[in-house]
Amino acid sequence: MNEFMGSLNMLKNPAILLFILKGVAFTLIISVLAVVVSIVWGSILALVRNYCTAPGQRIFKWLATIYIEVFRNTPLLFWIFIGLVFFPAPQLFAHQLFGLSSVETKILFKATVALTVFTSAIIAEIIRGGLNSIPQGQFEAGFSQGFSTVQVMLYIILPQAYRNVVPTLLSQVITTIKDSSFLANVATIELMARVKKILSNASIYNGTGTINVSDVFVLFGCAALIYFIINYTLSCVVRHVQKKTQNAAQSYAAPAAGDTQPVTGGNG
Amino acid sequence: MSGLFSESAWMMVWNYRDTFILGFINTLETSIAAIILSLTLGIVIGLMAMSTSKVLRTINRVYVEFIQNTPLLLQICVLYYALAFSGYKLGILITGIISLGVYHGAYMAEVFRAGIGAISKGQFEAADSQGFSYIGKMYYIILPQSIKIILPPSVNQIVNLIKNTAVLYIIGGSDLISLTYNFVTGATTGGAYAPAYLVCGALFFLICFPLSTLASIWESNLKKKDGMGAAKEKKVAEI
Repeated sequence: MNEFMGSLNMLKNPAILLFILKGVAFTLIISVLAVVVSIVWGSILALVRNYCTAPGQRIFKWLATIYIEVFRNTPLLFWIFIGLVFFPAPQLFAHQLFGLSSVETKILFKATVALTVFTSAIIAEIIRGGLNSIPQGQFEAGFSQGFSTVQVMLYIILPQAYRNVVPTLLSQVITTIKDSSFLANVATIELMARVKKILSNASIYNGTGTINVSDVFVLFGCAALIYFIINYTLSCVVRHVQKKTQNAAQSYAAPAAGDTQPVTGGNG
Repeated sequence: MSGLFSESAWMMVWNYRDTFILGFINTLETSIAAIILSLTLGIVIGLMAMSTSKVLRTINRVYVEFIQNTPLLLQICVLYYALAFSGYKLGILITGIISLGVYHGAYMAEVFRAGIGAISKGQFEAADSQGFSYIGKMYYIILPQSIKIILPPSVNQIVNLIKNTAVLYIIGGSDLISLTYNFVTGATTGGAYAPAYLVCGALFFLICFPLSTLASIWESNLKKKDGMGAAKEKKVAEI
């Protein structure tokens, strides 16, 4: 019981709380940045893979396909390790930033780039799913109205494709938040790594002089609770959006043929 | 990317090929055991969602929501450190198998739930009216029909599970990624970054690419068939 109170007292220490909260901020910043950049880059990849079929452009289609398949079929940690060695970090990031040392800032940049290139391949496939669900008639209608290819994509195809995949994209945000914990393997930046660091120093803070089992449960339990609150809120939003789009589709017309509902959170 | 064409680096990788083979075998063993565990958990927990008992449905919801909304890395750390600090010793691979199996079991449960939920209610009622037991109903009537819906997403989950064996690194694992990292940073073997990572990535790609391609082919076939089936039903309804 004494040990347990000691572990709980650690969470009352303002320095430790601030340390953990900074981790939460980093986790969110890294994930949101990765997803936003991935949506842009993933859309380009998806469009190239789907529509660069003219003989002169086919090489781009192959390149996009290779990119997507390579990143989809290898682990994230693999790319983080590679990023640490091979990705160049601009000198801009070789400074102390938000309480990180200059080395950690560089690692933060490289690992975020690795997370982004990995996530962009998955998001490209999600957006491609949305593009494939748009009937051919939409293209023909656009062209018949005198739109150019770029205009058809921008004004007719992409808005519909995005609307179809909003729930899947949101659940990809959940996956990315969970995936950002992989950064714990290389540096103490985000939530998971910080909790692990506190655990390794718990004997100093909990007043008993040793690391106890209760420390493991209290510290990781606290981290699990934070992750759970963030992700559960998001998954409730996902369900709400899904219901809304389903209702909209039903009230608009009889459900379209082959309109299968995606299984959410497809990427573990 | 220096070192990719250096002969000595490639020779070093070749001399230490046993490291990569060992890692590959460990990753495969862990994955296969974890796949079996996750499929078992997935079926059991997935069927709970379909049951009439409120307790079983609550267990399903709590399990799925809690496991899906926390990172795998956190779960494996809790399991490993909780056991380590209370004096029990579980092998690293066993720890990995349990946590991977439990984590992907939650995803499998959702896949099974969606697959079984897609079967029309009449099938359940028909089976009941013919006097099938619960097991018989599921085994002979429901699961054979839902298997084609279940198969593509569950193969995708298997691919994710194989990729996620990388989490073993945080508890000092002996899977392919960890051994590769130890190889490139080791005192006697260090430096051969490009060839070692290329070999490691190629090995992962070799297993995962066929599986994920198979899953997407099945999925698109299913969608085509589904579209035709729905169109036929519409026609029948119009008549």
